[in-house]
Amino acid sequence: MSESTKTTPDNAGTEVMTNRNIDEAVFRPLETKPSMLWYIALSFSLALTSLFGWAAYQTVFVGIGTWGNNNPVGWGWGITNFVFWVGIGHAGTLISAILYLLRQRWRTAICRFAEAMTIVAVINALQFPLFHTGRPWLAAYWLLPLPNQNNIWINFRSPLAWDVFAVSTYFLVSLMFWYAGLVPDFASIRDRAKNGWRKLIYGLLSLGWNGSNRGWRHYEKGYLLFAGLATPLVLSVHSVVSFDFAVSVIPGWHTTIFPPYFVAGAIFSGFAMVSTIMIIVRKVCHLEHMITKDHLDLMNKVVVATSLMVGYAYSIELFIAWYSGGLYEQFAFLNRISGPYAWAYYCMVTCNVIVPQLLWFKKIRRSVLLMYPVVILVNVGMWFERFVIISSSLHADFLPSSWDYFIPTAVDVCLFLGTFGIFFTFILLFCRLAPSIATTEMKATLPSSQPHHHGGSDA
Amino acid sequence: MHNSKLKGMVGMVSKPDALIKAAETVRDAGYKKWDCHTPYPVHGLDDAMGLKESFLPFIVLGVGLLGGVGALLVQTYMNVWDYPVIIGGKDMFSWPAFVPIIFELFVLSAGFTIFGCLFAFGGFGKWAHPLHDADLMKRVTCDEFAVVLDAKDEMFNEENAKGLLERAGCFDVQPLHEKNECTESSAGGDE
Repeated sequence: MSESTKTTPDNAGTEVMTNRNIDEAVFRPLETKPSMLWYIALSFSLALTSLFGWAAYQTVFVGIGTWGNNNPVGWGWGITNFVFWVGIGHAGTLISAILYLLRQRWRTAICRFAEAMTIVAVINALQFPLFHTGRPWLAAYWLLPLPNQNNIWINFRSPLAWDVFAVSTYFLVSLMFWYAGLVPDFASIRDRAKNGWRKLIYGLLSLGWNGSNRGWRHYEKGYLLFAGLATPLVLSVHSVVSFDFAVSVIPGWHTTIFPPYFVAGAIFSGFAMVSTIMIIVRKVCHLEHMITKDHLDLMNKVVVATSLMVGYAYSIELFIAWYSGGLYEQFAFLNRISGPYAWAYYCMVTCNVIVPQLLWFKKIRRSVLLMYPVVILVNVGMWFERFVIISSSLHADFLPSSWDYFIPTAVDVCLFLGTFGIFFTFILLFCRLAPSIATTEMKATLPSSQPHHHGGSDA
Repeated sequence: MHNSKLKGMVGMVSKPDALIKAAETVRDAGYKKWDCHTPYPVHGLDDAMGLKESFLPFIVLGVGLLGGVGALLVQTYMNVWDYPVIIGGKDMFSWPAFVPIIFELFVLSAGFTIFGCLFAFGGFGKWAHPLHDADLMKRVTCDEFAVVLDAKDEMFNEENAKGLLERAGCFDVQPLHEKNECTESSAGGDE
């Protein structure tokens, strides 16, 4: 009845995108029954997740010895995967916070989705250091400054302690930022709901949001502050992660280039992962008119730019090692490019530096089919980057008699694959239960959305 | 409509320009307890409503700084005073090593403060707001704008409020009642 009483005077419906059909398109996956394909994908993801369950069980009940870690390579895949997943998360914050501060309006189509990815990527990342402690249920006593019967405290001068604070702060702030952004969208879903349960659940999730302008006034400022805080935060998090390496005295790790190199790598891998998932989601959820080829094009430009930064870091690392004249430093890098892990090094260089150069071509940047292999290879390459940094520096330590080669066990492999299961499960559920596009922000950037003297007339 | 408690008066607007004009009219009429409801933040509406800029940054900065100072004090207490340990031959009070955690706790406490402030002032947590009972308001989260005059305002009386909203260019001007009175409209919302 509210539709019939509506007396909109000049609602000609000439625009391609209106507020109403944004809602229709974005909320369709939430309001229709999922397809068979979705159920198949979910079963596959849950099967992968169960691998994580098995591997975690082995780690906890048999022991950390089920991992392939050996005496020189004490960090193995565990820390490789931790750094890999934290890096993936960074794209979400970059898109939602940094591009927000830079007033890049194209971000509205992809920000909410990328933030969701951040949350689950950080959850995955946290699994590895937690299980690496061997007794995750006691980890709080070793990681946080809690009073204990030994009357000792954690060592605040250690980068590992900084890391705990950086990553958990990152997780909590990203979570609040993401949720605050979702609130007005949940309110839209609530008000569209036909069924009582749906109304109740989204009513609770929407925190009773009613679009009040007295609320928007603080909300907008709060959102801006979140973006302002998240920007230095995201840069600090991967810098602190790189301190785990750079503050140590291991040749190959002890370099000043690490913080910016890690941050660039994180953005690189994160954007590749956003593309990897987004290409599938926009197809399955029919969002191609909102997440357009222009968006993919822009993301690919970021990928190729960060690829160059990463490539620069690889070459300057080698140059500085040679230029330093340090015997151990020189050996570490010579061993990296020609030792037992050389295959991994060249895999990394090919995937991260050579292949992404294809994205200089507009045709490839704008073709889903052609760019897909590139972004997949970037994901692979960035995992290898962390593996190379960790294993090649550790396996040949200062005492040649203890040199060893790292071989992953089934538990290592399952833990890693399992985190992909958690990732995909979360993404699939997110696409069904929450709007994957920030409808509110999208509406605010439509050409007719703002009053004329406030920029509404342009375009 | 038996003994229905009048909560306010609602009028709808469909274009942002018209909303600004309506808001200015209500502001100039001298109303204090009223609000505009919009599907997304509308630029220039704060001025049109006569609202001052949000004070959030001051609170957030204040609490953030407290968090940072707190982090410095906690680290100093634990690693310098309560259980002093020499690490890498550094001074006991090697404060540069405390900077990363000072920064992180600054951000963390500021982040919690923003979220808390959104509950306190920003419209989060209003599950029981009478506006949720009005079907008219469901259009606000999609694509329309509402101007709402609260019955608590000193100037409010049903006739005047209706007249003012109509004069301001609103359509669908309706009184706002609590849910159990609006039997007709609430029946349509549920299955």
